[in-house]
Amino acid sequence: MGTAPASRDVTSYGMGLAAPLALFFLLFFVAPLLQLFWLSLHNDTAGLHWGLGQYLHFLTDPFSLSVLGSTLLLGAEVTAVCLVLGFPIAWLYQRVGPKLQTVIILIVLLPLLTSVVVRTFAWIVILGRQGIINATLQSLGIIDTPLKLLYTQFGVVIALAQVQMPLMTLPLITALGRIDPNLDDASCSLGAGSWRTFFRVVLPLSLPGVIAGCTLTYAAAITAFITQSLVGGGQMLFMPMYLYQQASTLQNWPFASAISIIFLLAVLAVVSVFTTLGRLSRGYGGA
Amino acid sequence: MAEAQGGRSLVVDAVTHRYPSGALAVENINLDIKGGEIIALLGPSGCGKTTLLRIIAGFIAQTQGRIIIGDDIVDALPPNRRAVGIVFQNYALFPHLSISENVGYGLAARGVDKATRQREAQRLLELVQLPTMAERLPRQLSGGQQQRVALARALAIKPSILLLDEPFAALDKNLRLDMQIEVKRLQRVSGITTLIVTHDQEEALSMADRVAVLSHGKLEQFGSPSDVYDRPQTLFVNTFVGSTNRMPGIVVSADRTAAKVRLDAGAEIIARPAAGALTEGGRVTVCIRPEHLQFVGDETGFAGVVGMSLPLGATVVHEVTTADGSGVKISQARIGETRALESGAAVRLAPLAPSLANAFPATL
Ligand SMILES: Nc1ncnc2c1ncn2[C@@H]1O[C@H](COP(=O)(O)OP(=O)(O)O)[C@@H](O)[C@H]1O
Ligand SMILES: [Mg+2]
Repeated sequence: MGTAPASRDVTSYGMGLAAPLALFFLLFFVAPLLQLFWLSLHNDTAGLHWGLGQYLHFLTDPFSLSVLGSTLLLGAEVTAVCLVLGFPIAWLYQRVGPKLQTVIILIVLLPLLTSVVVRTFAWIVILGRQGIINATLQSLGIIDTPLKLLYTQFGVVIALAQVQMPLMTLPLITALGRIDPNLDDASCSLGAGSWRTFFRVVLPLSLPGVIAGCTLTYAAAITAFITQSLVGGGQMLFMPMYLYQQASTLQNWPFASAISIIFLLAVLAVVSVFTTLGRLSRGYGGA
Repeated sequence: MAEAQGGRSLVVDAVTHRYPSGALAVENINLDIKGGEIIALLGPSGCGKTTLLRIIAGFIAQTQGRIIIGDDIVDALPPNRRAVGIVFQNYALFPHLSISENVGYGLAARGVDKATRQREAQRLLELVQLPTMAERLPRQLSGGQQQRVALARALAIKPSILLLDEPFAALDKNLRLDMQIEVKRLQRVSGITTLIVTHDQEEALSMADRVAVLSHGKLEQFGSPSDVYDRPQTLFVNTFVGSTNRMPGIVVSADRTAAKVRLDAGAEIIARPAAGALTEGGRVTVCIRPEHLQFVGDETGFAGVVGMSLPLGATVVHEVTTADGSGVKISQARIGETRALESGAAVRLAPLAPSLANAFPATL
C-alpha cells in the first residue's frame, strides 16, 4: 500500500484532467455530427429510405457544385487579399518603435472589438449605391452613375478580408518576430539587397506564420454566414446560406445534412493541404 | 565578382556616434589599421564595441567622422556594397538553408552560377575543416561547427575586412582555444584585415597584433599586446587588462621618467609615471601586477601579513594585508618546492623593477 507501481508514468493522470473537455466535445460536437451524418444517409425527408441519394444529388447537380466551387474560390480570394495586405503590416510592425507598434496592434485588433454584424452593416453603408465610395466618386465627378459594389463578389471579398484580417496579421506578426534580426544583417553584409533578403530569408522563415494565417483566414472566410449573406445579398449564394435554405426554408434536412458533410470534407481537405505545407516548413521556424 | 582584396587598410577617423535615444555610444575614436593586421577591440560590456563594428559594416551611420577602407571613404555605401564580412556572436546562419547554401549565399547575391557556388562552398568548407557537412542544416551542427561555417560564409565573398563580434563568447573553454587558433590560421592564410570584438582580455592579447582598449565609448589605448599589458597609458587599461594591485600614495619627487612615491602602505618606491608627468605632492594610484611583486628580506619594501595562499597550478598567489589595511596579491612561479608561507607570517614586498610599477594621478 502507498507505493505506486514503478511503471506508472508521472504524467499519466494528465489524461483524466482532459475528461470534462472530452465529454463536452463528445456531447456537443461528435454526437451532433454523427446525427448529421446519419440524417444525410436518407433518401427522403421523412427519413424512411436509406441510401446515398443526397450525396449523388449534390455531386451530379451543376448548381450545387457551382455553389461549392464559388465558396472555395471566395475563401481563396479573401485569403489572398488578407495575405497581400497583412504581410506589409506585420513586416512594418517589426521595424517600428514601441509606440507605433501599439498603434498598429490596436488597428489590427480593432475588427475583433466590434461585432461582425456591426462591421458588416458598416460595409453596406460604405459600398451601397448611395454609400461613401459612390458618393465621393460622384461628387469628385469621376463617375456619373453609381458603381455596383454591394451584392458583388468584389464587395464580399473586401468586406470579408477586413473582417478576417486579424486572423492573418497576428500569426504573421508572431512569425516575423521570431526571425533573428541578425539574419537580415548577415544577408545584407553578404551583398544581398533588400528584395533578395526578403525573398530568400524573411519570406521562407515566415512560412509557418503564413500558413497558420492562411488556414485561419480561409476557414473563417468560407463559413462567414453573416457577412457573406448581407454583403452578397440574394444574388450570391455560398455554402452556408445554401445549407441554411435547405434546412430552414425547405425543411430538407437530409439534403442539408449531406451539404454539411460535403462542405466539411472540402474544408478539411483544404486545411490539411495547408497543415501539410506547414509541417514541411516547420524546420524553418525556431533557431 | 570582386577579386581577393586581403590586406586592405582600415581607418576609423574621428568617429562619434550618438543613438537617437541620446546615448553617446562611441566618442571620437581614431584607429589606423594596416592591411593584414588582426586588431582586437577590447572593452567591458556596453563600452561601444558593437556600435563601432556596426558603423564599420555600414549598419549604422555614424553621427560624425569617416570610415576609410583602402583608399575609399565608404560612408555613403550601404552594407551590401562595402565588401565587409561579418561573423555574428550567435553565428546568424540561415536556418532554412543547407551549410553549402549558407556558404554560397554571398556568391549567389553576386550572380555566381550554382555549380561554381557549390565548388567554392566546398573549397571553403575544406578550409574550415568541415568538408563532409555541406548538405546538413545549421541546427544539425554543434556550436563550434556553426562558428566555422559562419566564418566560411563571411570569407566566401572575399571581403576586404573581416569583422567578428564576440565570436567565441558562446563556446566552452577548449573549443574557444581551438577556434582562436583556427581564426588566426585562416587570417594568416588569407591575409584579410581582421577586427575582433571581445571583452576577454586573454583572447585579445593572444590573438591580436594590436589591441584597442575602449571604455565608455572612448579609446583608452591602441597598441601592441605588450604595450597594453606592460605599458598601460591609463588606470583603466592597467586594471582592465590583466590583474593588478592598486596602491594609493603621494608623490615625493618626480621627473619625466620616474617618480618617487610614498605608498600609504608604508614604503617609498620608484614608479613609472604612466600617464605623463606627475606633480610633487599629488595623490597617485600605483598599479603593480601580482607577478611583478617580490618578497624582500631587507627594509626596502612595504610590510604586510600573509593571509591566504592559493596554489593555482603553475603559480601560487598569496594574499597579503598591508599596514594601511588594504589587501595586496602577489603571485610566484612554483619552481620546485616553493617555500610554504604560513598564514599570519610577517613579510616585506617590493616591485621587481621601477618600470613595473605604474603611477597614475588619482581620480576622485
Ligand atoms: N540601438 C540602440 N539604441 C540606443 N542605445 C544603444 C543601442 N545599442 C546600444 N546602445 C547603447 O550604446 C552603448 C554601447 O553599446 P554596444 O555598442 O552594444 O556595447 P558593447 O558591444 O561594447 O557591449 C550602450 O550604453 C548601449 O546601451
Ligand atoms: Mg556587443
